Amino acid sequence: MSIIVYTESENGKFKKSAFEVASYAKAVADQMGTSVTAIAVNAPENSDLGSYGVDKILNVTNDSLHTFNAEAFAKTIAQAVEKESAKVVVVGSSANSKFLAPILAAKLKAGYVPNVVAAPDSTEPFKVKRTAFSNKGFAHTEISTDIKIVGVSNNAFGLKENQAEASVEDFSPELGDGDFSVKSVDIDKVAGKVTIADAEVVVSGGRGLKGAENWGMIEELADVLGAATACSKPVSDMGWRPHGEHVGQTGKPVAANLYIAVGISGAIQHLAGVSASKTKVVINNDPEAPFFKAADYGIVGDAFEIVPKLVEKLREFKAQNA
Amino acid sequence: MKILVCISNVPDTTSKINFTDGDTKFDTNGVQFVINPNDEFGLTRAMWFKEKQGATVHVATVGEATVEPTMRKALAIGADEGIRINAAPTDGYYVAEQLAEVVKNGAYDLVIAGRESIDYNGGMVPGILATMLGMNFVNTCINLEIEGDTATAIREIDGGKETVKTALPLVIGGQKGLVEESDLKIPNMRGIMMARKKALNVVEPIEGTKATQDVSFDKPAPKGQVKLVDSVDELVDLLHNEAKVI
Ligand SMILES: Cc1cc2nc3c(=O)[nH]c(=O)nc-3n(C[C@H](O)[C@H](O)[C@H](O)COP(=O)(O)OP(=O)(O)OC[C@H]3O[C@@H](n4cnc5c(N)ncnc54)[C@H](O)[C@@H]3O)c2cc1C
Ligand SMILES: Nc1ncnc2c1ncn2[C@@H]1O[C@H](COP(=O)(O)O)[C@@H](O)[C@H]1O
Repeated sequence: MSIIVYTESENGKFKKSAFEVASYAKAVADQMGTSVTAIAVNAPENSDLGSYGVDKILNVTNDSLHTFNAEAFAKTIAQAVEKESAKVVVVGSSANSKFLAPILAAKLKAGYVPNVVAAPDSTEPFKVKRTAFSNKGFAHTEISTDIKIVGVSNNAFGLKENQAEASVEDFSPELGDGDFSVKSVDIDKVAGKVTIADAEVVVSGGRGLKGAENWGMIEELADVLGAATACSKPVSDMGWRPHGEHVGQTGKPVAANLYIAVGISGAIQHLAGVSASKTKVVINNDPEAPFFKAADYGIVGDAFEIVPKLVEKLREFKAQNA
Repeated sequence: MKILVCISNVPDTTSKINFTDGDTKFDTNGVQFVINPNDEFGLTRAMWFKEKQGATVHVATVGEATVEPTMRKALAIGADEGIRINAAPTDGYYVAEQLAEVVKNGAYDLVIAGRESIDYNGGMVPGILATMLGMNFVNTCINLEIEGDTATAIREIDGGKETVKTALPLVIGGQKGLVEESDLKIPNMRGIMMARKKALNVVEPIEGTKATQDVSFDKPAPKGQVKLVDSVDELVDLLHNEAKVI
């Protein structure tokens, strides 16, 4: 009956979001008076999960799961759900989690609600709060199937420490060739770079930066903040930046602690995708730019003057606070 | 090759969002509806397959009669035939079940859906649909090539891209990148005229599962006034001491 949580890892290391989904699962378990079982795939050093309320870890060691495969991962989780007779499954919001969750939903005939931002409103009926309309609203959604899948938004619930003695049990899913009929042939990913999905700080540039050649200062700003870089849609459409950096309603969603928008006007489609960020800073030379209405802090002025100064100031700040 | 493009009918991206009936319903008053942007990229890619590889392209939607203008637009862009399952699309699981029936009956080789609908942001219909039918599935697809029965797709992953190979029959969850923004087709007069004569078949829904239900809605708390600062020193100070984000 315990709550199953899929704790994502990469190269054997848990993502920060793994601890957030574990914290969430613990909150649901408390509400329902049950325990939390985590599934860790090829992440043998998993004792940290106990700090976030996980009671049991299903430790999966399987060479064929070194590269993510949505079908095979969904099947692994489905088998764990069956084994534990779980009624609630908690997953995250990464591209991989959002890929496997619907597959899992169909396998378990389970209702799935993504983008959930708070512990359940109630567990009987099972009702959760999620964002809808690209962050322009929230919906309170009831799941009426026997098994329920909750997809937790990044950075919304937060990390909640909760010491538990996590027991570890080896778990071997039964997988066949048919589960690998979508084959990964190449992964093109810059190693060591913070991704928009995982970043606590995102620095984003718009058309106000005039051209691809001016992104050096954006990268420097991101670098000093340990941030990911992002951009507005026209910037990626014009090829100044790769499509993967486009954020907004039709791009990637951003739910960072700090979002810094440089030379971005703040069109409704842009704001829709980034407004879940906690603190928003705008640098724009037009005091009428709509983004100022949606921001927490703003500087009206020329980005080409302000950004280099900000980089310098932050370097000083870092040196002092190191 | 027989392609089905799934079309979700959504409020235009500039729409103001309001709720009505005691915050239990989305207020459609004054809202303009459009083809979900992710589906528009998929439809344009389907037209490319039609032109270059001789595919037949159908479009399907689960929706009530009010969605017909959106379907006519899809036909005007160049789809050969439309199917409307006559039911309110209130739940992703239910929508997938309805579409699964259409895909089974139509023996499609490729189903192009979007990564997510921009209204309820479910991001679940294509994955559920594929799994129900035992078809291969690639999500957040930004490039798709088909040769015979083999598909090569690129999908966006966090921080990069992954190339995958798989076989038809296939379902994808597509998005921008599948075609470029500049390739999107605006229906011309001839397309609009032709669309009027194309079949838009209405079928009644099969019995399905209502897995989830939106009980009520609310809106984010209004934003406080922005604090305008004059210097980067002040900004760094505020970010550190007030917002506590650095
Ligand atoms: C269906 C649809 C979906 C869309 N989806 C998205 C989306 O997901 N994400 C997205 O971003 N957009 C999206 N858009 C586009 C959106 O409507 C805007 O066109 C876009 O966000 C504007 O980008 P921008 O702010 O970079 O450019 P602009 O609107 O051109 O703004 C540039 C800003 O830079 C400022 N500026 C100029 N020079 C300087 C300087 N020297 N220093 C400081 N500031 C300066 C200007 O004052 C201006 O405010 C979508 C549009 C449609 C129709
Ligand atoms: N009512 C619907 N009718 C047809 N296709 C739909 C419908 N709802 C969603 N889809 C398809 O599924 C994709 C993802 O939608 P969703 O799971 O609702 O976010 C959309 O981009 C469409 O391609």
